[in-house]
Amino acid sequence: MAKIWIVVQHRDGKLHRMSREAVVAGQKLAATLSGSAEAVVLGHEVDAVADELAGFELAAVHVASSPSLADYTPGAYSAVLAAAVAAHGPSHLVFAHSYQSVDYMARLAQAVNGSLLPEVVGFDQEDEDLVWRRPVLGGKLQARVRIVGPEPALISVQSGVFPADEAIDGQAERRELDAAAATMDREILGIEEVAGEHVDLSAAGAVVAVGRGIGGADKMGIIEDLAAVLGAEIGASRPVIDSGWLDRDRQIGSSGQTVAPKLYVAVGISGAIQHLVGMKGSKTVVAINKDGGAPIFSVADYGIVGDLHEVVPALTAAIKEASD
Amino acid sequence: MKIAVCIKQVPDTEARLRVAKNGRWIEEEDLPFVINESDEYAMEEALQIAERSEGEVVAVSLGPDRVREALRKCLALGASRAIHLSDDAFGGGDAMATGRALAAALAPEEFDLVLTGSQSDDEGFGSTGSVTAGHLGWPHAWLVMGVEVEEGGKSAKVKREMESGMNEIVRIQLPAVLEIQAGLNHPRYASLKGIMQAKKKELAQVGPADLGLDPSTVGAAGATVETLSVAFPESGGGAQMIEGDPASAVAALVEKLKKEARAL
Repeated sequence: MAKIWIVVQHRDGKLHRMSREAVVAGQKLAATLSGSAEAVVLGHEVDAVADELAGFELAAVHVASSPSLADYTPGAYSAVLAAAVAAHGPSHLVFAHSYQSVDYMARLAQAVNGSLLPEVVGFDQEDEDLVWRRPVLGGKLQARVRIVGPEPALISVQSGVFPADEAIDGQAERRELDAAAATMDREILGIEEVAGEHVDLSAAGAVVAVGRGIGGADKMGIIEDLAAVLGAEIGASRPVIDSGWLDRDRQIGSSGQTVAPKLYVAVGISGAIQHLVGMKGSKTVVAINKDGGAPIFSVADYGIVGDLHEVVPALTAAIKEASD
Repeated sequence: MKIAVCIKQVPDTEARLRVAKNGRWIEEEDLPFVINESDEYAMEEALQIAERSEGEVVAVSLGPDRVREALRKCLALGASRAIHLSDDAFGGGDAMATGRALAAALAPEEFDLVLTGSQSDDEGFGSTGSVTAGHLGWPHAWLVMGVEVEEGGKSAKVKREMESGMNEIVRIQLPAVLEIQAGLNHPRYASLKGIMQAKKKELAQVGPADLGLDPSTVGAAGATVETLSVAFPESGGGAQMIEGDPASAVAALVEKLKKEARAL
């Protein structure tokens, strides 16, 4: 029988938001496979997180506690989980597709000789097969994928696809896991804030976000003009930041800021899922892109397919005219 | 320092994609391929570390014949030689199968450091480097934003990107696999002299037998996941597509933003 382990992430005694979504995914997977779902939490003095998990409908909450797990290291986390997998034999391990989970789940998959499927956005039972969906090629396409390797299967769930409020409440019993294998494989020297995180885009009423399609830092003038007539802040997708065309504090998406303005104008952004998770709470989304098949159009309310270097100045002029 | 850089060749992110006839992947004929973006940053980081330590950089890649072009580019950038994991048996692998093959190629060489990108722009597993490290029994770090090899070359201070705009600084013992995040440096261009020199540099081709690997453990046969089909998401979704020349399209858009969406 399928035994699904939901391996959670936490901070300051609270369950990570994405781990709540992983609980939902794990519960749905257990229902589909007529199996059981159990949660696993690693850390040191994590009673508060264990208590929070005990309020869900789960067959058990496994707790591995050790001073060597107080700070996250992939060495200690994967060693403890590898021992636990060997002792208890779960068929699936479900993680949030977070920076921390992805950092060690591949290593764990190798250690337990399991199967590895990161970044799923859903699953369906198709005849005999469980078929998973995941974005490929920067989210331009979606793949249907089947797990063909040995158990356990390690799966990470992308943010925003299993709504956290669909978690089924219940009462779960706590059990202790052996944490003797916890050995940190690195020395943690410190944590620093990324320099220049001072532009707060989260409060902006309007955002003009620019993507790789702009073509260079010297082309940014038309974006500034549009932002000016809209009273908008300027944001960007990751490639623009990595190319040095705008400062990192303007990045929107999973490794940047999350915004939810009244109006979001995406210019030359194809719409990789890492960007979409940072802006899909926006009220009205306008997308301008030369590629009509770009995934950004699937989350937009209004779309114009065209050369942004022509469309954006025209839009600026039209808005100016309308407000005069 | 003796440094290996593992690169992947992927479709140019600007290229127009078509689904292949069998529906299982994209049509690769006439598709422009480039070095994966985060791997380019890994290559640059390796060159900089090698320059500081008077070391050497070896470029490694797994893939079909076209991959030789990407490896030649690495040689032109400054790698001293290249290793091409070239065999039909390697094709169709996932992160688990490819990580196993790469580790087998890297293990006999006694590298001090292996760099690679954090994630490929095509399949995007973000895992191949970590699986490789597991097979080698070395520590790894993912989403690396800075590398400072410490005195003696036995350890490195590594800056790693975390969630919510924070970076973690850790000390990792070498050898290690560091998976580089895009944006940590400014990749150089190949010089004309470099391109000329690259033609004379060694580009070795190795297959599963050379690496002591059972062909059934690599490529599609050794993969733990199988892609059944790919498809474009439903075009447009909820978006109202506004047609016409730029002037009339934006006029219609402004009208809708005012009257329908009340966003202006």
